[in-house]
Amino acid sequence: MIELPEEPALITYFTAGHPRDVDVADVIEAFERGGADVVEVGLPFSEPIADGPTIQNAITEALDGGMTPDRYFEAVASADVDVPLVCMTYYNLILQRGVDDFVADCKEAGIEGVIVPDLPVEESDELHEACRRHDVDLVFIVAPTTTDERVERIVDRVSGFLYVQARLGTTGAREDVSGETYEALDGLRGYEVPKAVGFGVSEPEHASEIVEGGADGVVAGSVFVDGLERDGVEFVEEKARELKQGAVEGGDS
Amino acid sequence: MTDEVFGGYGGQYVPEALMPAIEELEEAYERYLDDDEFVEEFERRLGDYGGRPTPLYHAPTTSERIGADVYLKREDLLHGGAHKLNNALGQALLAKKMDKDRVIAETGAGQHGTATAMAAAALDLECEIYMGEKDIQRQQPNVFRMRLMGAEVVPVDAGSGTLKDAINETLRDWATNVEDTHYVIGSVVGPHPFPSMVRDLQAVIGRETRRQIQERAGRLPDSVVACAGGGSNTMGAFHAFRDDEDVELYAVEAGGSGLDIEDDRAPHSASLNVGEEGVLHGARTRLLQDEDGQILESHSLSAGLDYSGVGPELAYLVDTGRVEPRTADDTEALEAFHQLSREEGIIPALESAHAVALLEKEDDLGDVVVVNLSGRGDKDLDTVMQESALADDGSMLREEGDR
Repeated sequence: MIELPEEPALITYFTAGHPRDVDVADVIEAFERGGADVVEVGLPFSEPIADGPTIQNAITEALDGGMTPDRYFEAVASADVDVPLVCMTYYNLILQRGVDDFVADCKEAGIEGVIVPDLPVEESDELHEACRRHDVDLVFIVAPTTTDERVERIVDRVSGFLYVQARLGTTGAREDVSGETYEALDGLRGYEVPKAVGFGVSEPEHASEIVEGGADGVVAGSVFVDGLERDGVEFVEEKARELKQGAVEGGDS
Repeated sequence: MTDEVFGGYGGQYVPEALMPAIEELEEAYERYLDDDEFVEEFERRLGDYGGRPTPLYHAPTTSERIGADVYLKREDLLHGGAHKLNNALGQALLAKKMDKDRVIAETGAGQHGTATAMAAAALDLECEIYMGEKDIQRQQPNVFRMRLMGAEVVPVDAGSGTLKDAINETLRDWATNVEDTHYVIGSVVGPHPFPSMVRDLQAVIGRETRRQIQERAGRLPDSVVACAGGGSNTMGAFHAFRDDEDVELYAVEAGGSGLDIEDDRAPHSASLNVGEEGVLHGARTRLLQDEDGQILESHSLSAGLDYSGVGPELAYLVDTGRVEPRTADDTEALEAFHQLSREEGIIPALESAHAVALLEKEDDLGDVVVVNLSGRGDKDLDTVMQESALADDGSMLREEGDR
């Protein structure tokens, strides 16, 4: 199961199979060296409705390059790391493999949590049950539009950490931290589950501000996907270090 | 109505950001679709703006050739040239009730986009339409119509540049602008309550047909035939007949260029006939997918049927045996397109031509047959000219269309 550190956490994302010539395990290991506390490894699905252009393009390239669930699990399992891994994917891939088999394969590959952006809490009975059986965390997203009543339902079922969506829209790097983020964090203050804020995080200053606003961690994805394509795994390690530093500074102030 | 479950199909598989809007829509749907005042306004507008009721036409030449009484439900005569206005107008009215001043929609053939643009213009709503690049190329007249009525048409170049990709992009817009925007989904697909709501808004087709056929033929038909892409004209035509056990319901899907799957492409759009259960665009339904669950690109000559999924209720009705799934391929649809034009003086949409084509293929449709003519074919002239030997005779017309 995922355990976040005492100090502010950095959670990173990349799409497995993008860029094509970069080894999945190498990216995960670079994230660990850079100080990431959790690494989300995206399993590409052909209809990524929650993702913005950066991750959509990465997914298309990964699929064109032949990434499949079988290859994904094999590649993730080959990473030699201690950092907890999370599988981020869409529900149809889980359904087609068989919900229980999918979670069992996650566990077997060393994955400790699952995030499914098109699976709201209402539809999550089967996956929740399978995760419980295999000791895998099921992470849920809380959006700026989520009502208090829905937060209750989500917090009731979430484990690992709560993924707080910083703004409406899709994934993608942004220039600033939105006011919605602070409002959301205020609303969640009473809940014990660790809160990590994502959607738009790309700079150390964002990470600091978000942590100052009350988050236990930050999630960054598109900035890595973009950088991986441009500068390879060295970028990942360096950028992770900067963002982690930013998050920690936010915790100190 | 909210508790409607289609035998395990359906559901609400959407990002959390959209869930509150979907809950709000559920409430509005339940409240207004049973509200006399709302229903009255909807029906009035469908009448004096849309031109309802549409006729049920006895097609004499076709009837004689087939040896059965063939009636065409003339949704092609609805304002805009297709059944799509029934749904778009209903949802635009609901958007007003929910205080949303912007509507967005996906479109394949451009018919739903056109209907949404019309409804938005008539009700003074801001309107943005997402349309695949490939569909924009093959449906130019509709793109121009939408723009004329003040809608912004946004090209989508992701994926195959068709309906499925346009839906993805519309969902992304909705997740971004959900607070002031309503997504006018164009078919009986998507998360609950869309499949039930769109069916209820389209059910006027079957209600009228049922009444009209009893007046004309003195009895119910032996069969009702409709084409199925997502399935909105299908469910609209079938719903009033679902408890009439002696009325056979035939859903005709696009057989495209063949039913085998090659590489990542399905050269057809026959998810009811050969699809497998999965989750796409918010619902559990039958889909064209590979063994891992990646969605396959579909194909049909008709943009409006070119979709990898199908409405969850229709999938359920096929599973229970109430609805018979059939296919007509590109060639059969084209033949039907020409034949109906020549014999009856009615140019059908290529989508509807798939339903008409079943008349030539199916032997036991019975003595009284209703075919839902879901739209008119003007938008398809370019495609048909390219596909058929008429290309030479029609060269002048094509220049006109390109302008």
